[in-house]
Amino acid sequence: MQDVRDALYVGQRSDGTLTRRPMSPHLQVYRFRLSMFLSIANRAAGVAAAGGSALGLCWISAAAKGPKSFSKVQKVTGNPLGQMLMAGWALALVYHFVAGLRHLAWDSGYRFSKKEINEDGPVAVGVTVGTTLALVAGIVGVAICRSRKKAS
Amino acid sequence: MSNPKKPHVTVMRSQLSRARGLGSGQAGVGHWWAERASAVALVPLSGWFVIQVFRLAGASQPEVAKWGARPFNTTMMLSLVILTFYHTQLGLQVIIDDYVHGKAHLPAGLLMKGIVFLLGLFGAVSVLKLALAGSSRSTIAAR
Repeated sequence: MQDVRDALYVGQRSDGTLTRRPMSPHLQVYRFRLSMFLSIANRAAGVAAAGGSALGLCWISAAAKGPKSFSKVQKVTGNPLGQMLMAGWALALVYHFVAGLRHLAWDSGYRFSKKEINEDGPVAVGVTVGTTLALVAGIVGVAICRSRKKAS
Repeated sequence: MSNPKKPHVTVMRSQLSRARGLGSGQAGVGHWWAERASAVALVPLSGWFVIQVFRLAGASQPEVAKWGARPFNTTMMLSLVILTFYHTQLGLQVIIDDYVHGKAHLPAGLLMKGIVFLLGLFGAVSVLKLALAGSSRSTIAAR
């Protein structure tokens, strides 16, 4: 047997001939709901956050290697493209963090009814966007202030 | 699915009789708990790291080296790196379990574990090098 699911997909008609049981309907038959997007977005954000963390290792390893390597990394962090990449990393991290907290609440039995989940979804989006914007603006602001202080 | 057009029975046993007598699944809920426990540990560690990013934004390499040489920062960074990549491995394993079937499942999981392990180790070695190189340099300067 290639796949154990085969055993469950094969059924018998009343006359004894074999038939393939219908599969459960796939995604396209359902009306779009925010909760289904937030669910898959959490998985995607987890993967993106992991990829960003792998790139983030460049920063700490360059700092360990010395000033020359570190200035190379600073070229990336000072570049608008690199900054956009880091903002995306921050967004993925913040959303995975927020959705993770929701999962921990659900696991403990809180906010797990259909009504509560649908109420919390837009709040999670708002918290994610707000926190990400505040973090990015704050970090960029601190970095600019620090480099200005050094220049003067 | 081996042959989607022509239904056929390969095993003439019910699912219950196949499962009966095999005992538990062995691993049980260990993976699930490991995922939650590492997630809970990462909450304060991430909060600490965000504060450090504010402290280090726009910092030069000597400033970062000085920061990384403090034993407390080294401990927190090591915990953060190890738990981040441990949690990554657990999460990616679930994705592979969901989407990769058949013969590719085992090699895909092992490849992913190998890559994430090496990344995590690379991060840990970098944190340690930053910490130990920083402290030894300052002792040499003191002499």
